[in-house]
Amino acid sequence: MYAQMVKSEATNDDPERLAAFQARIDAGEKIEPKDWMPEGYRKTLIRQIGQHAHSEIVGQLPEGNWITRAPTLERKAILLAKVQDEAGHGLYLYCAAETLGVSRDELTEMLLDGRMKYSSIFNYPTLNWADIGAVGWLVDGAAIMNQVPLQRTSFGPYSRAMIRICKEESFHQRQGYDAIRKMAEGTPEQRRMAQDALNRLWFPSLMMFGPSDKDSVHSEQSMKWKIKMNTNDELRQKFVDQTVPQIEFLGLDLPDPGIKWNEERGHYDYTDPDWSEFYDVIKGNGPCNTDRLAARNKAWDDGKWVRDGLLAHARKKAAARVAAE
Amino acid sequence: MTRDEAFLQFLLRMGDNTLVLGHRVSEWCGHAPVLEEDIALANTALDLIGQTQMWLALAGEVQGEGKSADDLAFLRDAWDFRNVLLVEVPNGDFGRTLMRQFLFDAWHKLMLERLMNSSDERVAAIAAKAVKEVTYHVERSRDTVVGLGDGTEESHARMQEALDYLWPYVGELFAADAVDEAMVAAGIAPDPASLRADYDALVGAAMAEATLSLPKSDFAHKGGRNGRMHTEHLGHLLTQMQWLQRAYPGATW
Repeated sequence: MYAQMVKSEATNDDPERLAAFQARIDAGEKIEPKDWMPEGYRKTLIRQIGQHAHSEIVGQLPEGNWITRAPTLERKAILLAKVQDEAGHGLYLYCAAETLGVSRDELTEMLLDGRMKYSSIFNYPTLNWADIGAVGWLVDGAAIMNQVPLQRTSFGPYSRAMIRICKEESFHQRQGYDAIRKMAEGTPEQRRMAQDALNRLWFPSLMMFGPSDKDSVHSEQSMKWKIKMNTNDELRQKFVDQTVPQIEFLGLDLPDPGIKWNEERGHYDYTDPDWSEFYDVIKGNGPCNTDRLAARNKAWDDGKWVRDGLLAHARKKAAARVAAE
Repeated sequence: MTRDEAFLQFLLRMGDNTLVLGHRVSEWCGHAPVLEEDIALANTALDLIGQTQMWLALAGEVQGEGKSADDLAFLRDAWDFRNVLLVEVPNGDFGRTLMRQFLFDAWHKLMLERLMNSSDERVAAIAAKAVKEVTYHVERSRDTVVGLGDGTEESHARMQEALDYLWPYVGELFAADAVDEAMVAAGIAPDPASLRADYDALVGAAMAEATLSLPKSDFAHKGGRNGRMHTEHLGHLLTQMQWLQRAYPGATW
């Protein structure tokens, strides 16, 4: 789940048009960019898709951190391909957001000056090679939980972007699990890396789903509009239920002593993440917030001359073509 | 030097060029000036790493000591590397990275086209696969060099600076030695010097379009292809690249 705590915007549109719009959504129709839509729907989607796109781009950094240290040529190639996919996802999502009337540059500016957020998970560091496996397995795994239902979201371009993205994400998750399995089955040092990665990334992964439903103030309107398909707690439980048997298969210790099968509920019980840590990260006090934003700002600032240069050249060429005609 | 010893050296030269350049280009991942460039750089790095796997696997086979491509990539020290110095110089700004890419791609494409006719079928097969990728690389790096050379005043100045810095590293691509003579004699690879005229034509036309001036001096730094004297930069690159394999010997990943 790469969009967290997306605030639903209030809408002051004509009640009749709103009712007709809601009827289309209830009937399962897709809303396309040229269709009428409530301002609140448009703004909420821009925020959500933008945050999702930013997460893909900032998410390149923790994984990119290991590309130059990947231990084999094959692992290096797989990781490069994966991070390249993430950049591609960012590109589709920015394009989907552009259909709502906001440019990629505007969204980028808002990320860089802190007006827009990205997923809290990417403010955690990747400290050993097993983290790369754990990111694919847990982080992409958590993202898929949310993105699979979003393939059915009401906004056409977002839904179509999700269909493409989900195909790649499930490959990412499998490669992540394969990488960490190799570590869990490896030397004692490799096993230690795998356990360390799991212990550190478990709770931050649970936080990806956002605060508990009882504290989640933004869900209702978004669910009505089919921008959000499930509640945070539903998805978090589904993730825990899916992941615990995978941890056991790896033979790693559970990262939370509170994990226990609850026969009555038919689900695993687990300890809630420390929400005060989550709010700290959201506010900018996570372990990597400052560095991540600084890296994105540096790339953008250092690249200005390149963007300006290529644009100037394209204009010269266009002018020459016009003159020749 | 026996034919197989020379053949091994030749294969290491091909594989180390793509390994070291692939590594350098991969350093950009997540930091490029614009998303499309980030994706294109990752794609280029990915192609180069893939080519490395093929060249170094064949090198291990010819060497006959049971070494895999990974063994050769991760467990040799700098003096056993056979890449040209051009590919190990640091990325610098985006302009220098793309200029280095173009200067290498232009040679790479010409070399691979000739290697497609190699008397060794395995070499010909690798070249046939790689040339498809490299044709795209050179198209893209040329367009970018032209666009930035003929862009703004600042982008022009930066590209000229990149060309001036990198040009002394170009000559090594064409400097023939006993390894090359043995490869020519066996029909495995062309004399590198024989690629120079086509290279100059290709690069000259691109620089003219980019409104950049080729430096007058043809002085060439050498020492990478035969391992006599690499730059100081290679050791740092290997420190990072080889760290896990060195720190945890015998582990599989």
